[in-house]
Amino acid sequence: MTKHAHAPADLKADQMFINFGPQHPSTHGVLRIALTVEGEVVMKGDPDVGFLHRGMEKLFEARTYSQGLILTDRLDYISATHNNLGYCLAVEKLAGIQAPLRAQYIRVLAAELNRIASHLVFFGTFGVDMGAFTPFLYAFREREMIMDLFEMLCGGRLLHSYVRVGGVAADLPAGWTEKCREFLTFFKPMLKDYDTLLSGNPIFRSRTEGVGIIGADRAVSWGLSGPTLRGSGVSYDVRKAEPYCVYDKLNFTVPVGKNGDCLDRYYCRMKEMEQSVEIAFQCLDALAGAELNPGEFMAKGVPKMFKAPAGQAYAHVEASRGDLGFFAVSDGGFNPYRMHVRGPSFINVAILQEILVGCKIADVVAILGSLDIVLGEVDR
Amino acid sequence: MGIVLDNLSKIEALPGGGIALATSDELINWARTSSVWPLTFGLACCAIEMMAAYASRFDFERMGVFPRPTPRQADVMFVAGTVAKKMADPIIRIYKQMPEPKFVIAMGGCANCGGPFYDSYAVVKGVDKIIPVDVYLPGCPPRPEALMYAVIKLQEKMRKMTVKGGHGATPLQGTGSRKLT
Ligand code: SF4
Repeated sequence: MTKHAHAPADLKADQMFINFGPQHPSTHGVLRIALTVEGEVVMKGDPDVGFLHRGMEKLFEARTYSQGLILTDRLDYISATHNNLGYCLAVEKLAGIQAPLRAQYIRVLAAELNRIASHLVFFGTFGVDMGAFTPFLYAFREREMIMDLFEMLCGGRLLHSYVRVGGVAADLPAGWTEKCREFLTFFKPMLKDYDTLLSGNPIFRSRTEGVGIIGADRAVSWGLSGPTLRGSGVSYDVRKAEPYCVYDKLNFTVPVGKNGDCLDRYYCRMKEMEQSVEIAFQCLDALAGAELNPGEFMAKGVPKMFKAPAGQAYAHVEASRGDLGFFAVSDGGFNPYRMHVRGPSFINVAILQEILVGCKIADVVAILGSLDIVLGEVDR
Repeated sequence: MGIVLDNLSKIEALPGGGIALATSDELINWARTSSVWPLTFGLACCAIEMMAAYASRFDFERMGVFPRPTPRQADVMFVAGTVAKKMADPIIRIYKQMPEPKFVIAMGGCANCGGPFYDSYAVVKGVDKIIPVDVYLPGCPPRPEALMYAVIKLQEKMRKMTVKGGHGATPLQGTGSRKLT
């Protein structure tokens, strides 16, 4: 089996070796952590990845540029649209394609809706990890509404492939804008409910406050990104630092935490949902305006199969879990010569080996949950 | 008792009430089909749709499907996602830990045959290469409704099981513990 499936040889007499995962309801997939504990205290924790390695980066080389898109959905499957977007931006840069403005707004709108859906999954499962099951039911109720919106858009619930090279797959269907507004108006006050449900709960707070502290310096030096980084008080967001699509025209703030503990990371995500709602409203307003030609959702003359000129391009987006980058190299053929993915989850999970040391065994679940990793992206 | 009487064809209530007669097959299969406890075991994208099936809108629990976190208490394993080669060993191990009778639903294209990763070097092309599968559920990912349909199909299969001669739903199950390589 794996390298250290059995207890290490240097285990002391009063220590115990625990295999946390790969089949464990709190690992959010198939992560394995090899824990050495002394009583309740973790002495050593090694994350062991690769249980979902699907050889994605190699498969990109065997697919054309438009076929490769469906693989990106399956990287970070909880926020598929961001993956589509990052990939398309990289390929567009490589092939010199410019998506029309209307498509850019639709892309941002879809991405923000997906961010809400993704953070809702986090909210629900983090609650379950901490022993609170009810928030899960609330979160999934709202999430189903977003799934419905996506189903209207592109037919897919979870994996959308809605963003395509050169634009989006289809224009907004009739009646969609109203449905979307209806949802956003319904959803905004729900965030307060979530606060009463979970954020203010004394048990929840005592399990997250001051647990798994990551200082700002350490967060930066480990290369963390996304809410995991911002929870430590570092305000870095690709949407602000290097705006893509139309983010420079939109008005929003980037919530940051202070202490870098589990609670801050959790609360950053809750606040981000609020901002996503704002962005979505602004996009809807812009799409209703006359200057964006209805029906112009795809760049003209993008064929199904195309050759990209030899060269390389890198594009990154702010996905729900952090800075997601795609590095594409072309040798002038129909397929990419190399496609590298910078998955934020993979980099975020690495810090576990440092912050797990010295914490209590029950906190392992809290810390892991607060990093909000998706194994599809970690293992690729 | 009302539910039992309504659902079983070969049950007979004796006059005066309080006592009912049924064949053991009917009774056992009734119990078995109405409490299909799956193992919470998410592998990849399909697991998110499986979670959605447990959550508010679809409410899987009304069908008696109540997730168990340990294989020792589970009847059925939803293989929800891509089976990477590194994961093959743990899956066999978990399967062996489940008590008989045990069932497997292969959820999604990946678990059926490799799905979108049909040509990957790192993926087991179908979970039936390593453990026996009872119901194949296609889709990428299958909708939560589809997962419910798969469970209904599994229940149909369970109803055919008999106690006599140790016959299971499938010929393989008749032999007791399935032999795995
Ligand atoms: S079948 Fe599709 S959705 Fe399911 S695990 Fe495989 S790639 Fe993901």
